[in-house]
Amino acid sequence: MYRRHTFLSGLWRHLVLLLFVAFALFPLLWVLSASFNPANTLVGQKLIPTSPSLDNYRELFTSKQHPVALWIRNSVVISIITSALVVSMTALAAYAFSRFRFKGRRTGLFFSLLVQVFPQMLAAVAIYLLVLNIGKLVPALGINTHAGLIMVYLGGAMGVNAWLMKGYFDTIPNSLEESAMMDGATPFQAFWMIILPLARPILAVIFLLQFIGTYSEFILASILITSSEKYTLAVGLQMFIQDQYASRWGVFSAASVLGALPIVVLFLLLQKYLVSGLTAGAVKG
Amino acid sequence: MRGLSVKRLFYGLGLAILNVAVIWCAIYLWGVQSYGLLALLLLGALALNALFIFPGGYPYRYLAPAAVFMILLVIYPIVYTVYVALTNYGTGNILTKEQVIQQFENRYVLDPDAGNYTFRVYENAHSDRIFLFTAPDGRLLLGRSGELEDVTGRDEADVIPPGYSELERRDVIRLSTELSALTFEYEEEYQLRMRSASAFALYIKQYSYDAGRDELVDLISGVVYKPVNGAFEAPDGTRLTPGFRIVVGLRNFQRLFGNPQITGPFVRVFLWTITWALLSVGTTFAVGLFLALLLNDPHLRFRRLYRSLLILPYAVPAFISALIWQGLYHTEFGVINRALEFLFDTRVPWLQDPFYAKVALVILNLWLGFPYMMIVCLGALQSINSEMYEAALVDGATTWQQFRYVTLPLLMVSVAPLLVSSFSFNFNNFSVIYLLTRGRPPIPGAQTPAGHTDILISYTYRLAFESGRGVDYGLASAVTLIIFLITGTITFINFRFTGALEDVRENV
Repeated sequence: MYRRHTFLSGLWRHLVLLLFVAFALFPLLWVLSASFNPANTLVGQKLIPTSPSLDNYRELFTSKQHPVALWIRNSVVISIITSALVVSMTALAAYAFSRFRFKGRRTGLFFSLLVQVFPQMLAAVAIYLLVLNIGKLVPALGINTHAGLIMVYLGGAMGVNAWLMKGYFDTIPNSLEESAMMDGATPFQAFWMIILPLARPILAVIFLLQFIGTYSEFILASILITSSEKYTLAVGLQMFIQDQYASRWGVFSAASVLGALPIVVLFLLLQKYLVSGLTAGAVKG
Repeated sequence: MRGLSVKRLFYGLGLAILNVAVIWCAIYLWGVQSYGLLALLLLGALALNALFIFPGGYPYRYLAPAAVFMILLVIYPIVYTVYVALTNYGTGNILTKEQVIQQFENRYVLDPDAGNYTFRVYENAHSDRIFLFTAPDGRLLLGRSGELEDVTGRDEADVIPPGYSELERRDVIRLSTELSALTFEYEEEYQLRMRSASAFALYIKQYSYDAGRDELVDLISGVVYKPVNGAFEAPDGTRLTPGFRIVVGLRNFQRLFGNPQITGPFVRVFLWTITWALLSVGTTFAVGLFLALLLNDPHLRFRRLYRSLLILPYAVPAFISALIWQGLYHTEFGVINRALEFLFDTRVPWLQDPFYAKVALVILNLWLGFPYMMIVCLGALQSINSEMYEAALVDGATTWQQFRYVTLPLLMVSVAPLLVSSFSFNFNNFSVIYLLTRGRPPIPGAQTPAGHTDILISYTYRLAFESGRGVDYGLASAVTLIIFLITGTITFINFRFTGALEDVRENV
């Protein structure tokens, strides 16, 4: 389908591609530039700031009223804990689905596929009321607690993750575990010492997908977290900038750059692995 | 053997702790009459115990952690959503009937022909307080822990126990909020309560509930209220607030489809949801495929560089991008309008005008989504066998014909299911809509908080959490069920199409 081009048709392609590159990059560059512009406003901003400074970044760490650095930390901590727990729970479930034969296995697999049809956030009202009631019983898991939010996120652990992981476990030959069990290992020891080390790539992929997903989650966090010092970045940033573009643009830009950086770096470093997971059905938020 | 007993001990201890926690929760749930959750809790606890006691439960132990969270936080909320959709749960109908009756029975009104009871307060070192009231008819009453005692004719020094001293006026005023919460039982259906900083007065119980006849009687006017549609109603139609929560069957759906002030906006929201999802998939796919075709050319220079740069919008978390774009679209100072002003001497009300707000959303989502489609299409293009093109060339196909009859059909085989899931994703793409426009601008005359750019999911969010006129969980849940139905159907068809369900069958 593709032939060598003449100079002109080659030029045409590059022009079109450059146009799209500009479309893709301009908003990001514009924000990067605003973050170094000490004027802290949308008004009269130029692509190259006239007197760049780090004032906006300093503000993120020092402001008592808008503790953006704290929000980023909250988001990172919540995402790490959620992802670690999701990976552990999914690995256990996927191992059972892959290696044991038991009643209800087929139904269980079918069910975990079916559950994806109902994104958790659709039941946001019910989840809010449920967490409200759980909080009356166990205040540590109630509204406005990180533990409660993590608990809600864990509900979505099964589903596509269990499928991806089971598929990977299926490709690891049984003979390794059989010989281990011959030597007296229990099934759990076989899982822990043989399967898990071999499955490291898929564990990492699911950890990262879950990390990115949790970090970007907005609706449940905005419903369940109500006080400023507990906000995740998604909720805090929205509250911070709402209707304040003219007066907070610079600090907001610095917060965006700092907040997006960990995810962008992770994404670019691990593109190859993530893309395979994403195209298998997961959609990034 | 030693390992085994340690394991037993571990399980035993774990189960014991679990069961204690379960019993504790069960007692609480019983107390608040949350029977649905109680049944779920007991069944779950029973199942967990069985798994860890009987050896046959071994494989299920691995599934237990994920299953517990899935049942509690995905399946239970879905079932609960169905239930709430059938009730009138919302502002004005938050409490249960028992709670509402209790509230009415505790309601007291000032006795219209009662005079003032002046009072003195005495306090001891432990901040215990006693009261001495002088009734309008001159009687002296001693008030202590809610009870009254007639001490007419007795001396003050005789009545007040040692250790108590009278509080000064300004201390009484300082304590007035605390004091106004106190009640003293006068006689049946009468209470002495604080009326002003200087006096108490008699209050009469207003309502009494007759459980046998299921009526609430106004003791002062004699009007009898009966429970009708979730509130107590007088024969003349007056309804008492607050009302209570009842199952109303399909009434929320009737409101959605039969009340013009709700139906009109709902239909608009519904149509825009479909349009939005189609436009999102269409634009991102068109641009993604176009770029993929350009980049797939092995002779193109800087292919990898272009690919890495074009993927960047996808790497940034969507909530950050949406907020950034809101700044770019800013009507007065945003860079887009500044450019338009410079070039064409015009400004566009991006986020205020219904039409342009929609355009703004589609452009933003194109920016967010085209890299995903590009990656997907690049992958699909690389898997197309080059012999197909050679065959087409031999048959004399033009470049367009090659694309139309070879590339596109083969590409669609692998990409079509992803387009369908992208449709469902955008159908429920709450964060982009909410973070850019919040559903605004509002639809004028709508009885519910509905905006021109609201999609169903953001509409339910606003119904449930953001309405200025109070929340309406019942209606929000009804809309949620409609979303479930639509996304469910689409996904099911997609599963059939891709054979995911057959996968389950064969894979077992």
